[in-house]
Amino acid sequence: MSAGVLEVRDVQKSFGAVTAAKDISVSVPKGAIYSLIGSNGAGKTTFVNMVTGYIKPDSGEINFGSRNIAGLAPRLITRLGIHRSFQIAQLCNELTVEENMLLAGAIHHDERLSFFRHAHSADARERAMATLERFHIAEHRNRLIPELSGGVKKLLDIAMAMAGETQVMLLDEPTSGVAADEKFPIMDLVIEALRAEGVTVIFVEHDMEIVTRYSERVLAFYDGQIIADDTPDEVLLDEKVQRYVTGGPA
Amino acid sequence: MRYILFLYAAIAFVVLAAGSIILPDWAMFLFAMALAKGLVCLGIVAMMRGGVVSFGQGLYYCIGAYTATLAANLWGVSDIFALTLFSSVVCLIVGMIFGPMLATYRGIFFAMLTLALSMVLYGTLSKMSVIGGSDGLNIGSPTFLGWAPEGRDLQTALYIYVVAIVVITGTLMRIYFDSEQGLITLATRDNELRVEYLGASVRKVMAYNYTFAAVLGGLGGTIAVVALGHVDPEFAFWTTSGEFVFVAILAGYMSVPAVFVAAIILEVVRSFSNLYFPNTWQLSLGIFLLIVIVTLPNGLGSLLSRRKGGKT
Repeated sequence: MSAGVLEVRDVQKSFGAVTAAKDISVSVPKGAIYSLIGSNGAGKTTFVNMVTGYIKPDSGEINFGSRNIAGLAPRLITRLGIHRSFQIAQLCNELTVEENMLLAGAIHHDERLSFFRHAHSADARERAMATLERFHIAEHRNRLIPELSGGVKKLLDIAMAMAGETQVMLLDEPTSGVAADEKFPIMDLVIEALRAEGVTVIFVEHDMEIVTRYSERVLAFYDGQIIADDTPDEVLLDEKVQRYVTGGPA
Repeated sequence: MRYILFLYAAIAFVVLAAGSIILPDWAMFLFAMALAKGLVCLGIVAMMRGGVVSFGQGLYYCIGAYTATLAANLWGVSDIFALTLFSSVVCLIVGMIFGPMLATYRGIFFAMLTLALSMVLYGTLSKMSVIGGSDGLNIGSPTFLGWAPEGRDLQTALYIYVVAIVVITGTLMRIYFDSEQGLITLATRDNELRVEYLGASVRKVMAYNYTFAAVLGGLGGTIAVVALGHVDPEFAFWTTSGEFVFVAILAGYMSVPAVFVAAIILEVVRSFSNLYFPNTWQLSLGIFLLIVIVTLPNGLGSLLSRRKGGKT
């Protein structure tokens, strides 16, 4: 296997007596779209949390380019180009949609944040609006977060994560909490935007239709281990995957 | 947009400074004290924007006042500009020491730790007879770049100096609140996880705000001691800090002018309550605060701010 943009080697993580990750090894090539499947507690979110710095692995390496990022703080990993969205959209409820986007733009635009540069400057607003328009949520710019639908919240969460120079994007259940008829339009929009920039995507998903439609490769988790790593068709036909994850043929 | 801010600042300076022509001495003193305390409260508001409240801002009010007094008494410094600068630098240094340490705490832990620091200073100063113990110290009248006014002129000069400091500081803080760092402070109050995952350090944000608040506390303390002519450990006592929190809650976190309006309201209500209801003035203040909280839950600043949403 050729060296990927993200190389995870022999990563282990335990919470007391519970082992959440056992010898996880994955190589994700640049620009690939991977999905992570598995039942609740299988280790998918633990994997995402370890890669993005929320959890420090007990052992093993997570190499991004030539650097081992295991145990780095989330903000440092973000600065390197690994961004994430959350299962429950993490937004600032007291700010408007535009201000949330301005916040993301301000942090990503310049590592040295200014005490003087106006957060609502014309340049910053233009950049924010361009991103909001790209994700088709510009019409909501003056609304506060609690006034938004689940789908718009998800899109804003992902748009904020995309404000910087993203190399790897981890999406934790991008369609959870989204109305059934919004799922595919949202995924179309997100995947199209990420593909256009050549971003490597890893997304956690329970919906097998979404998995087969959008991912190039699937990692199936069970009991903290990867039990299958192949194309969606192959993984969904795998006996172990059918037994422990999907409960039958897809 | 900035030129409008500078225009408002210039108008505020002219209007407030013009008060020196019509206000009697007692009113100028009351306003000067209110504005000095308003500076300390502005520091609390800066922290409130990040989601924490200091119950011990008397620490810097006291450090600023004692630094100015000691500089005047030990080294003969009487120039108010030098005293202000010196006290601010000392408070900046102390703030930079404690800021990063306190930046990891939130809620009641942050509040109680700041309170503890101020009470440690109060206890220490009360026992240090070499700098006056619980009686405190006196400071002479200040000079203004070599000019040594007396009587009404001194009161006027001091008042205008306070107004200038308040306008300059208030303008700078508005610029800060509207800046990228200011927006991150507001976001931190709301969702620290999001801020960290965007790549910013929440701890740094908290430390900056605490340090700025320390400098503002020092400025307020310096002006207060020069106006009063006396400092004692009560400057660091918890009731003094409580008064600052009272004003910050009254003002809310949205508007800078509201902080000074709230500080003036507090001084006026307290002075007149003290005059007419000497034994129950705290009751009057309490009722007043209750009315404001019920009718304006986001503070007086919500009347002046166009911002929607937000809670005090």
